[in-house]
Amino acid sequence: MGRKILLAHDHVPGIQSYEVYRKHGGYNSVEKAIKTMTPEAVVEEVKKSGLRGRGGAGFPTGMKWSFLAKPEGVPRYLVCNADESEPGTFKDRYLMSRIPHTLVEGMITSSYALGVNAAYIYIRGEYFYIVSILEKAIEEAYANGWLGKNILGSGYHLDLYVHVGAGAYICGEETALLESLEGKRGNPRIKPPFPAIAGLYGCPTVVNNVETLAAVSFIVNEGGDEYAKIGIGKSAGTKLISASGHINKPGVYEIEMGISVEDFINSEEYCGGMLNGKKLKAVVAGGSSVPILPADKILHLANGEKRLMSYESLADGGFGGGTMLGSGGFIVMDEDTSIVENLFTFARFYHHESCGQCSPCREGTAWMEKILHKMIDGHATLSDIDLLWEIQAKIEGNTICPLGDAAAWPVASAIRHFRSEFEEYVNNPKSVKKVIRMAL
Amino acid sequence: MAKVTIDGRTIEVPDGTTILQAARMIGPEVAPPTMCYYSKLKTSGGYCRTCLVEVTKGSEKDPRPMPKLVASCRTNVMDGMEVGNITSPKVIEARKGVVEFLLLNHPLDCPICDQAGECHLQDLSYEHGSSKTRTDFERRTFEKIDIGDKIQLHMTRCILCYRCVKVANQITDGRVHGVINRGDHSEISTYVEQAVDNDFSGNVIDVCPVGALTDKTFRFKSRVWFTKPVTAHRNCEKCSGKVNLWYKGEEVLRVTGRKDQWGEVEEFICNTCRFDKKSTSDWTIEGPTTISRHSVISANHYEVFKKPTEFKLNEVKPLTIQEGDKS
Ligand SMILES: Cc1cc2nc3c(=O)[nH]c(=O)nc-3n(C[C@H](O)[C@H](O)[C@H](O)COP(=O)(O)O)c2cc1C
Ligand code: SF4
Ligand code: FES
Repeated sequence: MGRKILLAHDHVPGIQSYEVYRKHGGYNSVEKAIKTMTPEAVVEEVKKSGLRGRGGAGFPTGMKWSFLAKPEGVPRYLVCNADESEPGTFKDRYLMSRIPHTLVEGMITSSYALGVNAAYIYIRGEYFYIVSILEKAIEEAYANGWLGKNILGSGYHLDLYVHVGAGAYICGEETALLESLEGKRGNPRIKPPFPAIAGLYGCPTVVNNVETLAAVSFIVNEGGDEYAKIGIGKSAGTKLISASGHINKPGVYEIEMGISVEDFINSEEYCGGMLNGKKLKAVVAGGSSVPILPADKILHLANGEKRLMSYESLADGGFGGGTMLGSGGFIVMDEDTSIVENLFTFARFYHHESCGQCSPCREGTAWMEKILHKMIDGHATLSDIDLLWEIQAKIEGNTICPLGDAAAWPVASAIRHFRSEFEEYVNNPKSVKKVIRMAL
Repeated sequence: MAKVTIDGRTIEVPDGTTILQAARMIGPEVAPPTMCYYSKLKTSGGYCRTCLVEVTKGSEKDPRPMPKLVASCRTNVMDGMEVGNITSPKVIEARKGVVEFLLLNHPLDCPICDQAGECHLQDLSYEHGSSKTRTDFERRTFEKIDIGDKIQLHMTRCILCYRCVKVANQITDGRVHGVINRGDHSEISTYVEQAVDNDFSGNVIDVCPVGALTDKTFRFKSRVWFTKPVTAHRNCEKCSGKVNLWYKGEEVLRVTGRKDQWGEVEEFICNTCRFDKKSTSDWTIEGPTTISRHSVISANHYEVFKKPTEFKLNEVKPLTIQEGDKS
């Protein structure tokens, strides 16, 4: 059994409630931090832990926190990004709905470290049922003196609010999230300035993913060094993986980073092997945005070694031969899956979610979807494949926010690794029709 | 002060200057094209991506190149920065892409568009685009909308530069004008066709880089190249009263703000000057207006004007303003 941190008590009956959570060591990190540590010391532990952002980009959390500007007399904010809308990613949902107090606890400890007196959870609209779970947990935390005025008699006060989004993927981009939180249209801001300098209401703000903040409690309880020992190299700690697709046991798994991709797919503890004994064809390892890899490339590195579930190993080979850990949305496709149909599903998603501010993404995402649609209808030509390639290349890197890249990478990687399938759709549209559409 | 080199030409500028502003100070030869930035409108720029440039050296302190092309209109210079605009193949390539994206859903109805001849999208396409279209999909269309009785919005031509939105937010009072819907369904709207009823609303026409917002009092009266611009002023209590009058024969067909070399108005004007003062006796005439080299209505524009790819740097002359012909 791999090491469990976030889901250590997932099996405990009633862990959603305050009493049971507390009985299993819940809120100890708040007590330890506020009673025995300075805020700087908490930041120091997070730095030592090597924790990296779990929202997708993997930026070192301690470093992000140390960038937070601290001008006199200006409030600072902590915002939890619970917008979780990347296709294939559903780990935050699992964590928040089953052990809501773990997020509340992590946010209190983190807020203390950052000198924040007001913190927000921005949660996607479709998670309406989790809102009441979180609100109940927050109420219990207030009732037991973990939130509100003068926490543990220290003079430190913190208010925690839940803000419900309206169902837009783009509001997961941190500056669009802040706009939306301010009550405006959720358009990404043009950076700089970054949120650490001018974030919510123009004040210094840290935005972190649910899983990132939840991990802080363990780091404070056990020490940053202890956390850094878990995992492998610069991929410290555990990671929640949302496993979906053609596997026997889809679900959310906490893994210690460094296990091999092959073991993750085949072991009984995790995915439980391929569904119906089919052959593995491809994997999208980190949520819909990251490059898709064919079976041989996802299981092995170019030098023949096993590829591991870690930031570095998944990225090995660059964009030509590697991918990214991203948000940990692990989508497995068997031999019957149509790469082109799956790509069409993704392309439709990005077109629908583009905010429309910048021309390459606004026009390009729509264009790519139309061409893929044409291809699936059997009307495309070979030059359309090259056109798709060129469109994605003209979007990538040229947009305001990374949604443009997120729309471009799946197209680029699908063509790079599965070009012959696109050609099949052009040359043989009739026979290719029988292929099963990927169900997400 | 910061020293910045753009396409091999160096200039010293105050800290906080953007790459675009620095390039404009050097001269039109190295200034990136802009479709959304407007120096008189706060927070404009960043949207269209036509002004992307390559930063090959970040600064003296940190000489690393920037990993991506950056929007020059929204990126500040650093001391020692080196920038490639027309000398960067990456930039030329990306810009070609941007033009293609902007034209993807554009109706290309220049023959019946009032903006033709002074349209920035025409210029941009000529200078940076390709002559062939690679899409055969149906283009996005919208119904025409009247914004009050003087302004018409033709969304089909809009490139979503957000300039008119900034005008509505910054120089007219009451926010009744914005963007609705998302992605390529986005549209400029006055929230269910509520008239923008304001003394300065007419400026949305001047800032629009294409023919999406046009002056209904001038509609279909003449192609702009058949009209003669004259610089004039009047005493106006609402605005500076400094305008261009556009004549055909003895008749003033339209009144606009005075545009500078970059196609931006020098000062915003009020609706009274723009829509209601259409006889010569309303104005003190200063003289004929010089047309910017950049405008299609300058004589022999397309013969004289070189595409960036045809530029040779040693041909680049020092700063010249308004070098175009009078028409
Ligand atoms: C289009 C887009 C959508 C995103 N969606 C999410 C999301 O749903 N949840 C999330 O935590 N981060 C999301 N991110 C990343 C955030 O911008 C940000 O990097 C993250 O919240 C930082 O938290 P971390 O450092 O803890 O990972 C998204 C980014 C982009 C560009
Ligand atoms: S890349 Fe797409 S989503 Fe991001 S700002 Fe531009 S149009 Fe909006
Ligand atoms: S002018 Fe800079 S992005 Fe439009």
